[in-house]
Amino acid sequence: MSIALGLFTIFAVVAGAFFFLAGTVGLLRFPDPLTRLHALTKADNLGLGLVVIGLLPQVAWPLGAIKLIAIWLIVLFAATTVSQLMARAARDGGPPV
Amino acid sequence: MTIPDLLLAAAVFVLATVALGMVRILRGPAAADRMMAAQLFGTGGIAALLLLGVATEANAVLDVALVLALLAAFASVAFVQGASHPDGDDSKETHSE
Amino acid sequence: MTLALAVDIGLTLLVLAVACWTLAVRDTFTSVIGFVAYGLLLALIWVRLAAPDVALTEAAMGSGLTGLLLLGAAARLQNAKNISAPPGLALRWVAGVLCALVSAGLAAMVLLLPDPAPTLAPAVVAHLPATGLGNPVTGVLLAYRAIDTLLEAVVLLPALLGVWSLAADRDWGGAPRLRYHRPDGALTLLAQVLPPFGIIVGIYLCWNGADQPGGAFQGGAVLAAMWALILTAGLAEAPPVSRRWLRWLLVAGSAVFLVIGLAGIGFADAFLAYPAGYAKPLILTIELVLTLSIAVALGLLIAGPPTRTPS
Repeated sequence: MSIALGLFTIFAVVAGAFFFLAGTVGLLRFPDPLTRLHALTKADNLGLGLVVIGLLPQVAWPLGAIKLIAIWLIVLFAATTVSQLMARAARDGGPPV
Repeated sequence: MTIPDLLLAAAVFVLATVALGMVRILRGPAAADRMMAAQLFGTGGIAALLLLGVATEANAVLDVALVLALLAAFASVAFVQGASHPDGDDSKETHSE
Repeated sequence: MTLALAVDIGLTLLVLAVACWTLAVRDTFTSVIGFVAYGLLLALIWVRLAAPDVALTEAAMGSGLTGLLLLGAAARLQNAKNISAPPGLALRWVAGVLCALVSAGLAAMVLLLPDPAPTLAPAVVAHLPATGLGNPVTGVLLAYRAIDTLLEAVVLLPALLGVWSLAADRDWGGAPRLRYHRPDGALTLLAQVLPPFGIIVGIYLCWNGADQPGGAFQGGAVLAAMWALILTAGLAEAPPVSRRWLRWLLVAGSAVFLVIGLAGIGFADAFLAYPAGYAKPLILTIELVLTLSIAVALGLLIAGPPTRTPS
């Protein structure tokens, strides 16, 4: 494995981990549900996305890479939909569970 | 530090971070906030699984993550449905007892 | 201390913390989220223990499908508050002590195992070529210990009957209802786009089971979740539980398994034995029909008891 690919993996995975941290901090510290949702989507999209991109050079080509990207797309798509539903629940001021 | 080591460390970092986010499930206050924390844990869990699997060179881990991503997609929808809809505004489920 | 050891210790502490959290929180929904998180962490630990088959089953059944069932139960409990008084302190203590005893017994068993632990793994690997399979776990599940798998498939039916028996008399013969409480464009799109991919993954898992981690239960769980998603988005209605073809579909997997098992008495001199040379095609046939039946049964379990809704 070339050094460049290794560095690429390290950089992308560390960046992905950073976005998970940022998302969690935002979820805990932001003042209202909609801003917290904004923080969450950063972790969902960028956090997992960067981790997946970073892992691409480390898995078997092409089936492993296709699966990795499929996982990201599925999570991205589901998270987007659920964010819509959650935002509507927040807007309606959904009753506390 | 080799690349597998770094991936392992990143996996635990991401897991610990999103586990911290579960505090939001306790604090709420709205149902949407709880949903967000759960969603973040799901995405972080998938990211950690991928990092751990690639670091351990367990190829089947991609299948595990694929299954998790698909099930989590529906679980999030089911959770939003259950948590934001306690007393059935337009639900036809009449409880006459 | 190596990094890998530190990672394993960190994972273990996290699992224990989430387990305690799940038990300690008061709210049912919060507790269910804790349970799902706990299952996810367990899957990670199985990956660390180099047991991807178990990790896949934990992700699909232990955490995923059981989590969905618990979510449904929690939602129903919210709809019907104060049906009965919460269990008293004495009952909770009895339950707690019994659970602690079971845990202590299991821990004692593991600690008392001789070193090295007795294992049948070499025997399994030595005889695996006779089955034509590449995955020793599938070999154990569908050849050496096929009776266990048969019973697991059958036990889904009483479980489903248990859920159906919760229906009121007037609702009997109706269809389960899972639809989201208000039409939503985003949800409709998700339910239109995701299931084709889910179906491919489900079939892939079932097919892959012969040589790689996977199998009927894992594939069936994914298919069931996709069906439930379509029902939730309101793109299709669940069939009334009285439909004859639905009943046939439910028992088909167990029935095919049983027929092939009984035929083994005549053709291979034992119940659930496969004639030499036919093991792999027979196992694949069982897996295929079983996947379909399991998917329908799990989907109906998620959908819950039937109701009769005025349309």
